[in-house]
Amino acid sequence: MHPAFSVVLLTTLIGAGQGLFLALFTAQSYAAVELLPAQDTRFYALGSLIALALLIGGLIASFFHLGHPERAWRSATRWRTSWLSREVIVLPAMIGAVFMYGLVHWLKWDLSVFGIQTNVSGDLTLIIGAGGALFAFALFLCTGMIYACIKFLQEWASWLTVVNYTLFGTASGFLLATAYAAYLAPGLVKFYAAWTVIITAAVFITRAASLIRNARLKPKSTLQTAIGVRHQRIAQKSQGFMGGSFNTREFFHGVKPVLFKSIKWVFLTLVFPVPIFLLWAGLSLHAHGLEQNAYAFSAAFAAQYLGLLAERWFFFAQANHPQNLYYQTVS
Amino acid sequence: MTQLALVIDLNVCVGCHACVTSCKEWNTSGSAGYMSDDRPYGADPTGTFFNRVQTFECGEFPNTETVHFPKSCLHCEDPPCVPVCPTGASYKRPEDGIVLVDYDLCIGCKYCSWACPYGMREIDEHQKVMKKCTLCVDRIYDESLPEERRQPACVLACPTSARLFGDVHDPESSVSIAIRESGGYALMPEWGTKPANHYLPRRKTRLKIHEDELVRADNPLKKEGKLPKPKITDPSLDDVTSW
Repeated sequence: MHPAFSVVLLTTLIGAGQGLFLALFTAQSYAAVELLPAQDTRFYALGSLIALALLIGGLIASFFHLGHPERAWRSATRWRTSWLSREVIVLPAMIGAVFMYGLVHWLKWDLSVFGIQTNVSGDLTLIIGAGGALFAFALFLCTGMIYACIKFLQEWASWLTVVNYTLFGTASGFLLATAYAAYLAPGLVKFYAAWTVIITAAVFITRAASLIRNARLKPKSTLQTAIGVRHQRIAQKSQGFMGGSFNTREFFHGVKPVLFKSIKWVFLTLVFPVPIFLLWAGLSLHAHGLEQNAYAFSAAFAAQYLGLLAERWFFFAQANHPQNLYYQTVS
Repeated sequence: MTQLALVIDLNVCVGCHACVTSCKEWNTSGSAGYMSDDRPYGADPTGTFFNRVQTFECGEFPNTETVHFPKSCLHCEDPPCVPVCPTGASYKRPEDGIVLVDYDLCIGCKYCSWACPYGMREIDEHQKVMKKCTLCVDRIYDESLPEERRQPACVLACPTSARLFGDVHDPESSVSIAIRESGGYALMPEWGTKPANHYLPRRKTRLKIHEDELVRADNPLKKEGKLPKPKITDPSLDDVTSW
């Protein structure tokens, strides 16, 4: 498939935004049961603002791949059948939940709904946060299923697609939370860094599994089934036109095989070892009480985000659409 | 239940592209708006088409066979492009099974084109909506046309009658009989899309003559002429003796 940059940007930005929100809510939940030090409301409010910026940035990016952005509101109507429609509903719901979560923290509404005595002030934010976390996972599911539900794009049609979307988003969100905590809540740095390593290791396993799976895939559609002629040697002599068409542009990444393969190694390097090394460097600086640890964490996030852009590009480019069988020879 | 569809006979298609040009001509002049082209006389022309004729070659020289393969929307009975549409712009008409796009609802997200394994949908680069074969829905019901002209433009244009049009759910229709009796098949059956359009295979008429049919096996002396007539008293076998 031809990777649309707007979709690459959309999926990586909202993934990081969802992950960051999950990180914030995780810290608050841990603090509620006194496993972590409770943070100032400013920490949650500003963190929600960053998550909100990422989510809205992704939403804006998504408009650029639409032919008619002014009709985008219509895309919420077919949620019964379309995962894309479901995503269109869940993404604004997620944005709303993060906004409310941040707002209640910012205004310091010390409202207790259930009256549970916890270490954090009020349980309203915990309830909103739980809803937001639910939306975050639902959004990962929708985003992943948009691709996983197309059964003849065999590279995508796997549960690994959903798992990878979830884990990549969460890993980048927790890494961003580590960098953020280095500035505002040094007490949470180790907690976030540990989770970042765990999630990054997990997604390394699942992404490697999907790469191995894709390398072993045998295409179900062949030229024989495409035109219905049972002959071992079929060659296309003409695709019916000399110029290009939507079919020759949309379904092939259009880069040289060398570049295509190198992008795989670029993302495998930038997403996994580089951020882990920078994370380790940041943690060493943090242990020595050096201020510079925040720079190392920020660099780790930047490197991983660039890597995720490459990963998403490769995810799209690797999918081989069966329609390409009909467009192999110009004439 | 009606399911209108085309049946394309690959045995008689000569690859003349008349269906391609007549399709473009009819549909670019229709009430749904033009099908945009860019640089039609330039170095890299591109444009929107509902129908294409492709050419494939089977075998290796000198034992080759050329297959001309017209390619347009198959109007699947279980179309994968329809449920993925987030706006409902892509739909299958319950009354006649034609898969259509409502150009006023389409947001141009291209998701339906990803969900079509055959690559039958094309985005119009200027109107920014997804387009595809409509089975000439604007002429097959047009009562101002004489009845025999109420057919898709491609069907009327075909000089060899390689394209048949009709209801594939009616067992007595010409298309159903053609599919049933001439080995009609669907493309990429592995995805379960149940295409309504069918293709008829290339057929060869071969005369099978065995060697013993060229030489009379009951003539060991190789003498041509009438067989000796057995006596009336000889034992006889039906169809062997000659009286």
